[in-house]
Amino acid sequence: MTALALTVSDSLTITRRNLIKVKRVPDLIVFATLSPIMFVLLFRYVFGSAIPVPGGLSYAEFLLPGIFAQTVVFGSTITGASLAEDLQKGLIDRFRSLPMARSAVLIGRTLSDLCLNVLTIAVMMITGLLVGWRIHTSIGEAILGVLLLLSFAYAMSWVMAFVGLLVRTPEVVQNASFIVIFPITFIANTFVPIDNFPAVLKTFAEWNPVSAVVQGARTLFGNVVPGAPEPNGWALQNPVLYVFIWVAIFLAVFVPLAVRTYQRTASR
Amino acid sequence: MSQVGLSVQAMSEAIVVDGLMKRFGENTALDGVSFSVAEGEVLGLLGPNGAGKTTVVRILTTLLLADAGRAEVLGLDVVREADQVRGSIGLTGQYAAVDEYLTGFENLEMVGRLYHLPKAEARARAGELLDRFDLTDAANRPAKGYSGGMRRRLDIAASLIARPRVLFLDEPTTGLDPRSRLAMWEFIADLADGGTTILLTTQYLEEADRLADRMVVIDRGTVIARGTADELKAQVGGQRLELTVRSAESLPAMVELLRPLALDEPQADEQTRRLSLPVSGGAEVLAEALKRLDGHVREIVDVGLRRPDLDDVFLTLTGHAAEEAAPTDQPADEAVAAGSTR
Ligand SMILES: Nc1ncnc2c1ncn2[C@@H]1O[C@H](COP(=O)(O)OP(=O)(O)O)[C@@H](O)[C@H]1O
Ligand SMILES: [Mg+2]
Repeated sequence: MTALALTVSDSLTITRRNLIKVKRVPDLIVFATLSPIMFVLLFRYVFGSAIPVPGGLSYAEFLLPGIFAQTVVFGSTITGASLAEDLQKGLIDRFRSLPMARSAVLIGRTLSDLCLNVLTIAVMMITGLLVGWRIHTSIGEAILGVLLLLSFAYAMSWVMAFVGLLVRTPEVVQNASFIVIFPITFIANTFVPIDNFPAVLKTFAEWNPVSAVVQGARTLFGNVVPGAPEPNGWALQNPVLYVFIWVAIFLAVFVPLAVRTYQRTASR
Repeated sequence: MSQVGLSVQAMSEAIVVDGLMKRFGENTALDGVSFSVAEGEVLGLLGPNGAGKTTVVRILTTLLLADAGRAEVLGLDVVREADQVRGSIGLTGQYAAVDEYLTGFENLEMVGRLYHLPKAEARARAGELLDRFDLTDAANRPAKGYSGGMRRRLDIAASLIARPRVLFLDEPTTGLDPRSRLAMWEFIADLADGGTTILLTTQYLEEADRLADRMVVIDRGTVIARGTADELKAQVGGQRLELTVRSAESLPAMVELLRPLALDEPQADEQTRRLSLPVSGGAEVLAEALKRLDGHVREIVDVGLRRPDLDDVFLTLTGHAAEEAAPTDQPADEAVAAGSTR
C-alpha cells in the first residue's frame, strides 16, 4: 500500500473508533443536539420579540444561520477536549508506538467530529423549520450554505486539535477556548445586527470570520431581505470567499502545527 | 562498551542502549544508561520508583527523544528509523492504554488494523488473543467495565497482536492482586518460551527473578548493578544458608564442615545457636551442605536458604552502597559477560 492509502485507511480506523464512542456515550449525542435545539427555542421565543431585525425580516429567519454558526464554532472544542482525554488516558502513547501514519489520529478525530457536525446541523435545520425558519434559495445554494458551515467547523477543529495537544487537560481545553470563542461568536452579527455596535466592536465584527460565516449562510439560505442595503466592508460583501480564505489559512497553519505537536507529544 | 564492539554485536543484539541521557528541566532522569539485550532474551530492568525505567522504555519505543546517547532495536535506530522500529515492537505501558468505550474485541481489532494487518487477520488474531488471555467472556463488553487485571491483560494482548519480535512491558504486574500477578507471570513466561525478546521493568525482585534471564538495576538514572539473578543476589550479599542447632557446642565443627561453601566468613552465634553463611547457587548448595553435615543431622533443628528480598537488595544497592557506586560498577560489568553466555 502506498503512504497515502495507509494514511487514509489508518484515519478511517480512528474515525470508526471515535464514532463507536459517540454511539456508546449517549450524553455526547444529547449534548450535541439538545443544546442547539435549546438555543433555537430560547433565542426565538425569549429574545425574538425584543430584537428588531432590519427590513421586517422575521427573527427566526435572521437567527437560525447565527445559531448554526455559533453551534459549530462551540462544537470545535470537542476536538481539542477529546484529544486531551486520549492523551491523559495514555491512548496517544499507544498510537504513537504503532507503525500508523503520523497524521491519522488527527485526521480521524477531525473527520469524526465533522460527522457529528453534520448530524447537529441536520437537527438544527429541522428544529428551525418547525419554528418558522425557511430556505428561500435553490437546493444548490442551500447545499453550499451547509458546506460553508461544515468547512469552517472543520478548520476550527484543527485549531482546537492543536490547542488540545498543547493544553492536555479536557476541562482546561473547554474553559481556555471559551475565552476566545465567546467573543468571536458574540462580537458578530450572530444574534443581533451589528449596525448599532460601538465603532471598535463594529470594525471587529465586520472582519470577524464568524460574521462572514453567518452572513454567508444567510445569503445562501436566502434569509436576507431582498433589496436590503449591502453590509459594510469587503469581508461581509464577499462572505463566502472571505470564509474560504480563512479556512485555507487555518488549515495551512494548523494542520502542520498540530501534526508536529502530536509527533512530539507524550503523555505526562 | 566500545563503538567497534557495538557494530559487531549488532546482529545478535535485539536491543542496544548506549549512553542514554535525558533531562526534564533540572531533573536528570537518565545519566548515561548503557545495556544490551540479546535476541530471545528476557531482560529485567529493575529499580525503585523514579529510577528512570519508564524513561528508558519510552525512548526505546520512540515516544521520547533522548538528549544524548543512542538506542537501537533490531539494529534500527530508534530516532532515524523510528517507523520501522514501531513495526516490529509491542509496548505495554505502565498504565493500561485501552479504549474504555470499545469492547475488548474492538480494541484488539483496531490495534491490529493500525499495525496494518488485513481485516480478517486482525479479527482472527483478536479472537485468539482474547482466548489466550481469558477474556473471551468479556470480549463484547466495553472495556470500561473491566477490572484492573482484565485491562492489563487486554493491554498486553493489544501489544502482541502483530506478533512483535521485541516486547516492552513496563511494570506489567504493578497494582495487580496476587492471583492476577501469577497468571501474568505465566503469560510472560510463555511468550519468552516462544522466543520473543522481552524488556520487562519492575520494582519487584521476585518478578525479575522469576522471568528474567538477566537484570539491570538502575537508580537515579544510572546503572548500579547488572547480572543474572544469582549473581546479583550474591553481589548484594544476599543469599545465606542458615542453620539452627540443638546445642552451641556443635557449632565450631559445623563451621569447619561448611566453610568451603561460604562466600565469606561464616557467622556463628552461640546465644541463638545459629550459624549463617553467605552462599550462592540454589538448591544445590543446600543439598551439598546437607551431604557435608551427614553425620550431624540429628543435631540440626532447622536449616534453610534465606534469599534476599526486595528490601535487602534495594537497601544494599541504593541505600548505603550508593556512595560506593563506582567500585560496584567493575564486578557488575564482568557479571554481564558471564550472564550473556546463558
Ligand atoms: N515527562 C516528565 N516530565 C518531568 N519529569 C519527568 C517526566 N517523566 C519522568 N520524569 C522524572 O524522571 C525521573 C524518572 O522517571 P521514570 O522514568 O518515570 O521512573 P520509573 O519508571 O523508574 O519510576 C523521575 O524523577 C520523574 O519524576
Ligand atoms: Mg515507571
